[in-house]
Amino acid sequence: MEKKEHIISILVYNKPDVLARIAGTLGGKGYNIESLSVNTTTQYEISKIVMTSIGNQATISRIENQLQRLVDVISVEDLTNVDSVHREMILVRLNMTEDKKEQIKKAIDDNQWKVIKSDENYVILEITGDKVQIDLAMARLEPLGIADITRTGLVALELKN
Amino acid sequence: MKLKGSQILLKMLEEEKVDLIFGYPGGAVLDIYDQLYKSKLKHILVRHEQGAVHAADGYARATGKVGVCLVTSGPGATNTVTGIATANMDSIPVVVFTGQVPTTLIGNDAFQESDITGITRPCTKHNFLVRSVEELAATIKEAFHIARSGRPGPVLVDLPKNVMAAETEFNPANIKIRNYDVAHKPVPKKLSQVLEMLLQAKKPLLMTGGGVILGKASDELTKLARKYQIPVTGTLMGLGSFPGTDPLWLGMLGMHGTYHANMAVSHCDLLIAVGVRFDDRVTGTIETFAPNAQIVQIDIDPSSINRNVVVELPIIGETKATLKDLIQFLAEHKYVPAKDTRQEWLTEIEQWREKVPLTYCQNGEIIKPQYVIEKLYYVTNGDVFVTTEVGQNQMWTAQFFKFNKPNTFITSGGLGTMGYGLPAAIGVKCAFPDKQVVDIAGDGSIQMNIQELATAAQYNIAVKVVLLNNGFLGMVRQWQELFYEKRYSHTDMTYAPDFVKLAEAYGVVGMRATKPAEVEKTLREAFSIDKPVLMDFRVSREECVYPIVRPGESLSEMDLGTREMIN
Repeated sequence: MEKKEHIISILVYNKPDVLARIAGTLGGKGYNIESLSVNTTTQYEISKIVMTSIGNQATISRIENQLQRLVDVISVEDLTNVDSVHREMILVRLNMTEDKKEQIKKAIDDNQWKVIKSDENYVILEITGDKVQIDLAMARLEPLGIADITRTGLVALELKN
Repeated sequence: MKLKGSQILLKMLEEEKVDLIFGYPGGAVLDIYDQLYKSKLKHILVRHEQGAVHAADGYARATGKVGVCLVTSGPGATNTVTGIATANMDSIPVVVFTGQVPTTLIGNDAFQESDITGITRPCTKHNFLVRSVEELAATIKEAFHIARSGRPGPVLVDLPKNVMAAETEFNPANIKIRNYDVAHKPVPKKLSQVLEMLLQAKKPLLMTGGGVILGKASDELTKLARKYQIPVTGTLMGLGSFPGTDPLWLGMLGMHGTYHANMAVSHCDLLIAVGVRFDDRVTGTIETFAPNAQIVQIDIDPSSINRNVVVELPIIGETKATLKDLIQFLAEHKYVPAKDTRQEWLTEIEQWREKVPLTYCQNGEIIKPQYVIEKLYYVTNGDVFVTTEVGQNQMWTAQFFKFNKPNTFITSGGLGTMGYGLPAAIGVKCAFPDKQVVDIAGDGSIQMNIQELATAAQYNIAVKVVLLNNGFLGMVRQWQELFYEKRYSHTDMTYAPDFVKLAEAYGVVGMRATKPAEVEKTLREAFSIDKPVLMDFRVSREECVYPIVRPGESLSEMDLGTREMIN
């Protein structure tokens, strides 16, 4: 069976060790979490976890079933085959060195990147997009000299319930 | 009413109708033990915390109720881990209360501190660290509910010492918890598919597992099999869920299954598996498991479906309710099995049974272990609870003892925990003081929790230990014989205590039999004494469990042992 990235959306009770349970369940069964994003929902006692994992359909179904067994898990949904939008975000710091300065300014203008903080020495950009867009941005940032970068896990939302 | 945490714990145990706990005191649970001192709740003092969990587990398996134990923090808590993992693998409802250092010290590497919720996260159904006395009552209620609902399992509740000493308002009527029960929904579409499959099948077979016992579905399974003349095989955990003396019963399948059970699975064209998870010891090589069959799998837990064996028709639901629905559906649709084809199938199985019956050769002056088990069945008429240790003793019991009722065969199936049988037997006997309870043991396993003889002696818990003493770690030795050219690496246990003297030292009656003629007499005498008894049966040293499906082979390719043994 074909292996691909699956986006799994999990609603959980917001308990101290719920993430440890989920990570432990997957790790203990030998499944890897590629990306992860967690926060509370409109209700503080319920959190939403969006994670991606690579596997074939059978493996992903097994992951879903294992997660569903956890007492603090409310629901598990594979968004891969559901109409949904996906976003990741990166924060990146570029150093405004003499030799790169002009190149960086031009790239910011060309790509319409959002500057969220800067002075004469550095600039911090916030870039959001789906995986493809972020990968493209990364490729364009690379030659500018990335001083530091942080990339969030993927978040996803289905178009309809 | 204002109560201390320790008082609330005991009140909640009362609310949950707990009549007995197994435990071991220590610093972090002193407040609780002080309350126990004033309470009417029965407490059995074990000699090792592992024994406490196994005893609670045995109690749970025999009664179908939740077993409870109480231990202290740190090493007391970590000693429960093997017991918890044992219960978890076999889905047994147990609630384990562990002491913990005061919340102010958690994370400080305090004396006798261990992160027991972290340690047991992968081997419990769920666990809790109670951070304040206000959440205590609801947490305990939730723990019991989780342990017994759905697919049952062990739940650990970690109780910091200061939470036990703190006071709060207690009103049991006001405790609210969320509901974990999944309502049973009949699945008529799937039932009609089962009917279709049954109509087409020439060689249907039922396979029963632990889920039938846990789901209290034995009556329904038995009814289904008998009404439609469907032969039944079972996993180790399923023994007792269908009467072992019924002609439709084929015995256990799998690595040490009977010849006819394994041949039936390998030749059936429809396999209806109920409450099983297709463990590797059951299936042999997955690719050739039930190669001609369409498989229907009924289980309460979706994670049991398609995990090992891919099935044609999964039905998720309680085993009892689903089987009930199925029986009703088949009756409404006037299902009648085709007489000729069904008879042909049963005859085919009968021929396998006759060709290679389960057997052994009891001649000469050396006791064969299988002979002891057959005599045990004969002497007790099967009216007995049987626990086992793990290894050859366990497999021979599964093969040669006939279990007619659910909850009477109590064994560590999934984890295969040596040292399980004696404390589990103590737990069973505490639940059923008027019933005979036997632990069928090996000389290796029994030494892993032999200290519990003291528990049995102290409370006169009259369990009988049938020790099949071959001076070897028999099952490992068997594998060394068969697969490692008899290189018996560290499996010789000849250096052992004199078990009779050891029993006596503990205040337990010790007996010994060295000749076949002494076996029945020894058993009868032991069962006539209302005290714990250990019977040291000196058995044939290098007896093997047959048939055996070698690892990596198909169920139809059994090694049947020597001709001498078969004839």
